[in-house]
Amino acid sequence: MAEVVLTDVNKWYDGHVHAVKHVNLHARDREFMVLVGPSGCGKTTTLRMIAGLEEISSGEIRIGDRLVNDLPPMDRDIAMVFQNYALYPHKSVYSNMAFGLQMRKYPKEEIAKRVREAAGILDIEQLLERKPRQLSGGQRQRVALGRAIVRHPALFLFDEPLSNLDAKLRVQMRVELKRLHERLETTAIYVTHDQVEAMTLGDRVVVMKDGLVQQVGDPMELYGKPANKFVAGFIGSPAMNFAEVTIAESGGALWAEAPGIRIKVPPGSTAGLRSHTGGRVALGVRPEALRLATGSDPAEYVFDATVDVVEPLGAEILLNVSAGPHALVARVEPGVSVKMHERVRFAFNPERLHFFDHATETAI
Amino acid sequence: MVIERRWKKWFYFYIPLGVFILFTLFPFYWMGVTALRPDPELYRSWRAANATPFWTLDPTLEHVKGLLSTTAFLRWLWNTMFIATVSTIISLICGMFAGYALARLKFRGSEFLGTAIFITYLVPQTLLFIPLADIIRNMHLGNTPWALILTYPTILIPFCTWLLMGYFKTIPRELEECARIDGATRFGAMVRIIFPVAVPGILSAGIFAFTLSWNEFIYALVFLSSVEQKTVPVGVVSELIRGDIFFWGQLMAGALLGSVPVALAYSFFVEYYVAGLTGSIKG
Repeated sequence: MAEVVLTDVNKWYDGHVHAVKHVNLHARDREFMVLVGPSGCGKTTTLRMIAGLEEISSGEIRIGDRLVNDLPPMDRDIAMVFQNYALYPHKSVYSNMAFGLQMRKYPKEEIAKRVREAAGILDIEQLLERKPRQLSGGQRQRVALGRAIVRHPALFLFDEPLSNLDAKLRVQMRVELKRLHERLETTAIYVTHDQVEAMTLGDRVVVMKDGLVQQVGDPMELYGKPANKFVAGFIGSPAMNFAEVTIAESGGALWAEAPGIRIKVPPGSTAGLRSHTGGRVALGVRPEALRLATGSDPAEYVFDATVDVVEPLGAEILLNVSAGPHALVARVEPGVSVKMHERVRFAFNPERLHFFDHATETAI
Repeated sequence: MVIERRWKKWFYFYIPLGVFILFTLFPFYWMGVTALRPDPELYRSWRAANATPFWTLDPTLEHVKGLLSTTAFLRWLWNTMFIATVSTIISLICGMFAGYALARLKFRGSEFLGTAIFITYLVPQTLLFIPLADIIRNMHLGNTPWALILTYPTILIPFCTWLLMGYFKTIPRELEECARIDGATRFGAMVRIIFPVAVPGILSAGIFAFTLSWNEFIYALVFLSSVEQKTVPVGVVSELIRGDIFFWGQLMAGALLGSVPVALAYSFFVEYYVAGLTGSIKG
């Protein structure tokens, strides 16, 4: 049971590579916090600094009420699960799980009790005598989890633990991880590059890029109110569509204009966009905020486009369309019948338009 | 699918393999045959009517008996064993720690140090024995086993360090990071996790070091003078070649018996040894 607080944490490599920049984070007690971002964004370095495997260049890290800056990993009361599982190949599953407790001089009966308990939770009791090389990928992952939970640590750290599993197993383990977290009620920090994993697992998600925290929020908040263009494009699959538009005023209303598209700025955004009149901004719209227009749609929220590719996914259909120079993706109901090269009219959901500053890329 | 023609398999595989095996094993066969051949047969001309150069019709153990009774062969065997074992252990211990440090720790000049260690391995022994002889004399170690036990590591430690450094680098870093989070110190993680995982590498470094010191000739020739202190390679050559007379039978018997321990060491650890050289870790 512990909260984790990072205060202005920086990491410099060799004095000139600024890998993690002024990171401030607060993982609450029992929270499942996910760090997500593209590779090289500093998320793993941040996790390793919390673990004590990397030194921090400046700043403070607290776990619970202890400042851990100078504590070695063994004294931080944490457990970590690695991407490649890092099982000790020369030890049996039982010894792998018992190792951390043996190092801490727990009595034999206590170790046996805790290992059996963890093995029961993870359903690996029948594997305890095996060596890691005799296990499948999913089983190894369970053993790695078991090794972490027998210690009853204050904090779990996960470094892309599901990346080496095949797609089906990954989805299954994701659900189990979430269930496990519910049961153990321990603070967890989880690193992944997979935004679906981040959204499904995280109580709160931290999006990072180039060593900087872009946004911290619960999954729906990140999805619905991205703080900047990067978060908007990173979260969600297929990604949000962007189009560069010019803001023009006519008849007392603001209009977003681009070749092939002319839409009225919805009332919610006019206040923020008024200062951009005559300038360019990025218009963002999620694929599901686009739909085929019906006759009753107001003319200021529709545009015409040509269908390039139709991707029927079963539960939905993805339409790759082009409107003027812009390539957009629309997610539509499976019932519609649209053919390639067909000219169709789309309608926006005006409630779900996003505008981003052209220079700073922050949300307007 | 291509069906291989039988002659191709013979031509590209069995015949070259056979030639290779013949080439490598024939000296051993020759050694064995000569050791068992009675003297009259040994000195018979190849052109004699009853010459059997490639086998013997009348095998005898007289050379082996002569070797054991007229020379200090068993003593040499013991010396060699003692010297090779102790210098191998010293070199392995130093090599394990040095190899680990070079593979894992980041410190200023670590790359330079690694290269420097490798270069010392390249200095030929035939050059190195001159200054070393001076050192041995100053330390009054001449004609004792310690002269060799302390000089062999000069070649063995760089060798072990390099082989083990390469092996340690193949072990995932996460293993020891995990051990350190689990409650081990860096030293504890090295001893409890990395060394056990590196057993194939350590064994093959050990076998190599043992063989090198077992077969070593120049230092043993220079630093040891009395008959009882000699090692097998030097003793056999210096005591069984008197002037221009070669005691071929005893020489070969000595060589044969002298290579048995090394052959045994290899055959016991051959699997580890292969894994150590190819650096395969099974997670």
